Amino acid sequence: MEAAIQVQDVKKSFDGKDFVLKGLSLEVPKESLTAIIGFSGTGKSVLLKHILGLYQPTYGKVKVLGTDLSTLDPNELTKFRCNFGVLFQSAALFDDMSVLENVSFPLIEHRRSLSPGQVKEIAERKLQMVGLDPKHFHKLPSQISGGMQKRTGLARALALDPEILVYDEPTTGLDPILTEMVDNLILETHKNNKGTTSIMVSHDLQAAFRIADFVAMLDAGQVLLFGKPEDFYKSEIELVKRFVSKGMKHA
Amino acid sequence: MVTAVRNFVSEIGSMVVFMTSSLRLLMSPPNRWSEILKHMEFIGNKSVGIISLTSLFTGLALSLQIYLGFKIINAVNLVGPTVALGVTRELGPVLTGLIVAARAGGAMAARLGTMRVNEQIDALDVMGVNTRQYLIGPRIFAAVICMPLLTAVFDFVAMVGSYILVVFLIELDQAIFLEKIRQTVQVKHIMEGLFKSAVFGLVFGLVCTYRGFYTTGGAKGVGEATNQGVVTSMVLVIILDYFLTNLIRLFYLALGIQ
Ligand SMILES: Nc1ncnc2c1ncn2[C@@H]1O[C@H](COP(=O)(O)OP(=O)(O)O)[C@@H](O)[C@H]1O
Ligand SMILES: [Mg+2]
Repeated sequence: MEAAIQVQDVKKSFDGKDFVLKGLSLEVPKESLTAIIGFSGTGKSVLLKHILGLYQPTYGKVKVLGTDLSTLDPNELTKFRCNFGVLFQSAALFDDMSVLENVSFPLIEHRRSLSPGQVKEIAERKLQMVGLDPKHFHKLPSQISGGMQKRTGLARALALDPEILVYDEPTTGLDPILTEMVDNLILETHKNNKGTTSIMVSHDLQAAFRIADFVAMLDAGQVLLFGKPEDFYKSEIELVKRFVSKGMKHA
Repeated sequence: MVTAVRNFVSEIGSMVVFMTSSLRLLMSPPNRWSEILKHMEFIGNKSVGIISLTSLFTGLALSLQIYLGFKIINAVNLVGPTVALGVTRELGPVLTGLIVAARAGGAMAARLGTMRVNEQIDALDVMGVNTRQYLIGPRIFAAVICMPLLTAVFDFVAMVGSYILVVFLIELDQAIFLEKIRQTVQVKHIMEGLFKSAVFGLVFGLVCTYRGFYTTGGAKGVGEATNQGVVTSMVLVIILDYFLTNLIRLFYLALGIQ
């Protein structure tokens, strides 16, 4: 199975003493939807930032689509990030731009040959793809609901047709109904965009096991278990058992 | 103590790198003219009102004080040139620097701080947008361009205030007022002030964008960054003014201009 992302024995320390990632290795299969789970503070976000090239590993290597990120200079790295679409927990919309302008922004930045009309057309198509009603297109982010903000953020992440979609805790802090909506949106988006690899950090086990093809559980800066959802129910590892049963109780 | 000094020096160093890299990136594509214009409109255009108002009253008050002082020694004819020199070389750039640092600098720090804590800057980063090129360069550049323009407005309106006070309110001779100014004030005096103001623009632009860009700690952090940015900028404007004045003197001395 070909890997979209290879994290090879990555160790990361911010202060030179304590390591947050302690020799973490992970291969995310191409075109899969992979969930990364684990208790809070185990380094999930730090791992994502390594994959996005925002942090450099202290030791070890990160390869994305076959490219070793450490071989890129800062400008090349900036360009390379166009391969990613990222949905932030807070949606991170530009609050001084309308919904449509938010989705148009990456297109204006990176597809300079497109005419304003073409940009608008693509942006509107992406917004419709994530199910946002056209009557909201010209509103500011502050004027729409949290769910619609998430949809807009996803449309913006999809604007450049990225190879890899990244979600960091997309449902944390949302109510159960919205959580389910966002999870379904992630699953549909993954299915509708053939060829994309999706990575989702979550501490919602139910959702992770329901929608993901593969799950990686992190503990103390290492991958404790990587496998298909059913591998987790069968696992004999004490921590996995505890985590799985906790998750079940929540549901 | 040693660590404090070392931290201070390394902070200054990283600010200078922050500034030079942001400004140098402006030269590389994509061009950011529309961003620069947007910030010039905000820093420059939107400050004209408050600058005009404060400079008018600065001109009035300063002229009155100098008139009261000069009357004692019978030198009221020199009120005009004294005010003119004081305004163009010192008060114009310094007060414009303080007012614009508080108004536009504070707004820049708050805006960037908000963008940071709302992950908007991270979003730009992962979108493959160089955030220094897009957010920082245009702001600092706009501040450097706008400050001399605003200072010129300040100088002019302050002298209008002085004219109003001297000619209409205390009814001295208008011709003498204008003639004495013409004899004393040279273009280089005005340029001196404009040069200083450009440096002040660079300073508050840098300090406020740096503070805002590296905001941590949520909404409270944004308040702190704004506050620190404005206070540091204001103190630096006043301190730098003294050193710039001396530097300009040295420069004249070296060139043999008296
Ligand atoms: N920029 C940073 N500097 C220092 N420590 C950090 C930084 N980012 C994260 N950490 C530390 O790394 C650990 C893992 O953080 P994180 O990846 O955010 O956890 P989570 O799994 O909840 O996403 C935490 O202890 C955090 O304090
Ligand atoms: Mg996290």
